[in-house]
Amino acid sequence: MPSEDAAPRLDVDQILADPGVRIVVCCGAGGVGKTTTAAALALRAAEQHGRRTVVLTIDPARRLAQSLGLTELDNTPRRVKGIDVEASGGELHAMMLDMKRTFDDVVLQHTDPAKAAEIFANPFYQAMSSTFAGTQEYMAMEKLGQLHARGEWDLIVVDTPPSRSALDFLDAPARLSRFLDGRMLRLLLAPARTGGRSMFSFVTASFGMFSKVVQKVLGAQLLTDLSGFVAALDSMFGGFRQRAEQTYRILQARETAFLLVAAPESDAVREAAYFAGRLHEERMPLAGLVLNRVHRPVVRLDAAESLAAADRLVELGGHAATVDVLRAHAALARQAVREQQVAARFTEAFPTVPAVSVTAQPADVHDVDGLRTIGAAISRP
Amino acid sequence: MRAADPPTEPAGTGWPSRLHVVTGKGGTGKTSVAAALALALAAGGRRTLLVEVEGRQGIAQLFGTDPLPYEERHLTDAPGGGEVRALAVDAEEALLEYLDMFYKLGAAGRALRKLGAIDFATTIAPGLRDVLLTGKVKEATTRTSGQRRTYDAVVLDAPPTGRIGRFLNVTAETARLAKVGPIKTQSEGVAALLRSPMTAVHVVTLLEEMPVQETVDAIAELTQLGFGVGRVIVNGTRPPVPAGREVTQAELKRGLLAAGLPADRATVAGLAEEARDQQVRRELEDSLRADLVELGLPMTELPLLPDGVDRAGLETLAELLGRAD
Repeated sequence: MPSEDAAPRLDVDQILADPGVRIVVCCGAGGVGKTTTAAALALRAAEQHGRRTVVLTIDPARRLAQSLGLTELDNTPRRVKGIDVEASGGELHAMMLDMKRTFDDVVLQHTDPAKAAEIFANPFYQAMSSTFAGTQEYMAMEKLGQLHARGEWDLIVVDTPPSRSALDFLDAPARLSRFLDGRMLRLLLAPARTGGRSMFSFVTASFGMFSKVVQKVLGAQLLTDLSGFVAALDSMFGGFRQRAEQTYRILQARETAFLLVAAPESDAVREAAYFAGRLHEERMPLAGLVLNRVHRPVVRLDAAESLAAADRLVELGGHAATVDVLRAHAALARQAVREQQVAARFTEAFPTVPAVSVTAQPADVHDVDGLRTIGAAISRP
Repeated sequence: MRAADPPTEPAGTGWPSRLHVVTGKGGTGKTSVAAALALALAAGGRRTLLVEVEGRQGIAQLFGTDPLPYEERHLTDAPGGGEVRALAVDAEEALLEYLDMFYKLGAAGRALRKLGAIDFATTIAPGLRDVLLTGKVKEATTRTSGQRRTYDAVVLDAPPTGRIGRFLNVTAETARLAKVGPIKTQSEGVAALLRSPMTAVHVVTLLEEMPVQETVDAIAELTQLGFGVGRVIVNGTRPPVPAGREVTQAELKRGLLAAGLPADRATVAGLAEEARDQQVRRELEDSLRADLVELGLPMTELPLLPDGVDRAGLETLAELLGRAD
């Protein structure tokens, strides 16, 4: 049986207390408790370590958002009241990312109001700012960059979007800026710039074909809208790439700590392993793995033994309550063994990455007390 | 292999549709459920197609095969001579195939790809990507070979609950951009199938607050958009734990002694604590189950598989799904 102590233990208190750490990024697959973990860590940083902390959540569950006082999506940090910071002098602020509004702000910042109004009215902008695969990731990065640039926070804790894959958080911003900056857009932009009659002034064989196909498939109206969108965004091209690159560099800096969040399930652990590999490639600082929802029996009695004992009692007759307890314990013990095997796939691949297991809570977390309990459990497993 | 003769038994009465869209919050096991459903519906000599659209290669990982190409491949045999095929739909490939079908592109299509045009087209209009993905699913669902439909059922491992409404609502997304032309026609055809009785959306959940909340929200959204919701599938349910009353430590101690187990204070107190935790969990699960029942939809419960979802586990799930009525 793999030992739980195979990996060095992750000490989150050390990270949260370190004044050199300014950004904590929580990433992982969907449904592993990422948002809850981010909120719990931020609360702990404020209450225990006296840091002026802001937590940037992406898509929190309604009740968790309410517990942080986030009743509306207003895209600015709001101070969380009713927490215990008297002794520490810390502060906790929370905000929910409003993707469209963040995008609008970027546009407003880079262009004049008339041009901005034109962009906002374009159907492509509307589609892109609300549904583009990657816009959420890009805007999360953008917001992180803004919060960081203001310099008023000791610590920024970021929850990452519930993407198709955790890697999207790293890839999507680059993809978006490459796209906004890319060759295709410039080709499309050409006629708008020159005021030419044809959409495409480059008449290479394949491009002529492209133009024909695009017109056929998408229709001329769409091309007009697209060209208008591209022309309007022209002034912002450089800005997009520059900002994405800036945030990327912040993520590589020593002031950032990435925490992988996973649950002991194959998919989540596989995602965490992919992500750990990528962070290494990108030279981004991986601080450790938080393994949520781990089941740990209180009593060390193995599953087979427990079941055998239950069977003996059934034969004896009576003791119905004990039979139930033993069977429930056997199920729990079996699940625990299985979870350790799954988790070991990560620790075997990344033996030097510190890890901490957080025992599954009997009830779901949606208030500050619950977050405090989780924070303590992450710190003292 | 080919599923030769039409099966003698009718398909499970609980699954009247032909296209089964399986969604659920991340981490609820929707890929496993989709795979088990494809197995269940292939039982008894039928043929089903299991489709994924998010490029996650979840099916290949589940079955331990090489990554799936954009090609319908034999995945596994089903009990009673059935067959499950699998397909990973890729938006770029689907667009090329589509262009080729209508415009006979050939080599020019490859040139477009080289130029980044395909990536561009599917990137600039996310609705276009979705209509290509669902368009391919529609094509497979309605395809016939000879007198028979190629597939008795198609099971789609769909995007999660947070994105499912937008994913299926292809006409709204593309109508915003393409007011005329083949894309519009294509999306209308797809929308008609998705909103017909041929299609059912099934929502996979766990008995945990967030997945249940998302299930309730997603069902409201889907219903409002005019999609037919089939079943709520509750995954990872645990066997009953001592219900109704707390076991006393004295009672537990007598039981442990009778079973010949250590009955020291730590063991007794520890087991009592485990039982209490499970009781709390159990009560929460019961109240969440009641929320789901209130939806008034057919519901199927699948057990937590203690050894994870291996092949035997999938067959267990398939059998339970096949029994649904």
